[in-house]
Amino acid sequence: MLPFIQRMVVDKKRWLSEAEMLDCIAIAQSLPGVLAINTATYVGNRKAGFLGALAATMGVILPSFIIIILLVVLLGTIGENSYIEGAFTGIKAAASGLILYSAIKLGKGVVKGWFPWLLAILSFIIIVAFNVSAILVILGGALLGTIYFLLTTGLKEIRIEKNLAKEKSAQEQKIYDKSKSAEVEKPAEDQKPNKGNCKNADLNAHKKGGGKE
Amino acid sequence: MIYITIFYMFFRIGAFSFGGGLAMLPLIFQGVQEFGIMSKEEFSNLVALSQVTPGPVAVNAATYVGFNFAGLAGAIVATLGVTIPSFVIMLIVANFVKRFYYSWPIRGIFTGIRPVTAGLIGAAAVMVAETVLFNYHIFSLAFIINLWDSINPIPCLMFVVSFFFVAKMKVSPIFIILGMGMIGALVCG
Repeated sequence: MLPFIQRMVVDKKRWLSEAEMLDCIAIAQSLPGVLAINTATYVGNRKAGFLGALAATMGVILPSFIIIILLVVLLGTIGENSYIEGAFTGIKAAASGLILYSAIKLGKGVVKGWFPWLLAILSFIIIVAFNVSAILVILGGALLGTIYFLLTTGLKEIRIEKNLAKEKSAQEQKIYDKSKSAEVEKPAEDQKPNKGNCKNADLNAHKKGGGKE
Repeated sequence: MIYITIFYMFFRIGAFSFGGGLAMLPLIFQGVQEFGIMSKEEFSNLVALSQVTPGPVAVNAATYVGFNFAGLAGAIVATLGVTIPSFVIMLIVANFVKRFYYSWPIRGIFTGIRPVTAGLIGAAAVMVAETVLFNYHIFSLAFIINLWDSINPIPCLMFVVSFFFVAKMKVSPIFIILGMGMIGALVCG
């Protein structure tokens, strides 16, 4: 469904740029909720505010809503029919194969290393064999993932970022010193000191921001 | 109140689902069981229907469950329930997002959720497969004891063929579904 939305929003209607659309998809995927509705709400809101979001969401819901109700009513009027039951059996058998394939495909894409494997297999087993609530499994996975991330890449990156910030502030200090000495060398005019003060304030603000990140 | 039950159930599904429609199926399955709304067979019919109809699986499921259980009003309530979390979250968060999804808590959470999603989709496959391929729960003693009786050969064959077609031959899923539906109608009907 996403490629379809992308083509429509970016190429045909030109509502969002390619980069914005990628942002939108990243955000829609990293927040909970129904992916199609997330995307619709984001695009609608970007383009036309709250009402736009409402319209986009209604647009993505209504076809499903109507089609399913029509199908249920249709199947209800047909009633018990061995051909339809047979067709359902066939579709379900095929669907299990297709769903299994998407699990494997997704697994191959994201499951790298022992930890993701453990998590994927563990979550599969405790849902299927012990019927543990899928919501608990998701929350547990999020918690374990955060711990694992912090223990491995996270802390390292935070350290690197801190060092980067330190270097950055050191460089800024140098530039700041240079500009200051340059100021001292030049004979002071009436406006110069003011300008210099402004610069200093800017640099300080920048330094603070850099340090926080 | 039945409508509140349905709304709550789908609101919870909407608020806790990550990773697209298929990963949502176990949540829906457990929800309908917990509230005693529908049987395993009906649930798998729903999955079969959402495979042959367009649109988000979650909306299909909400409409189907709500409509079967409490008519048109039920369908509306369920669909609203599954939609509102997405809608509210995206409206609020879309305003201050850019620095949000590169932050360490989000990346940490997704280090865990992505593999879990694969597990959830695997579980969804088993939940559907159980209703047509096997006569007993796959992790039960009865399954092993009655191994021969517990496997339905024709659906199992269809399952294997479908998997082969999509995984190795890269046939489009919609053709596989329609083809197997027709074969099922003739052979199993």
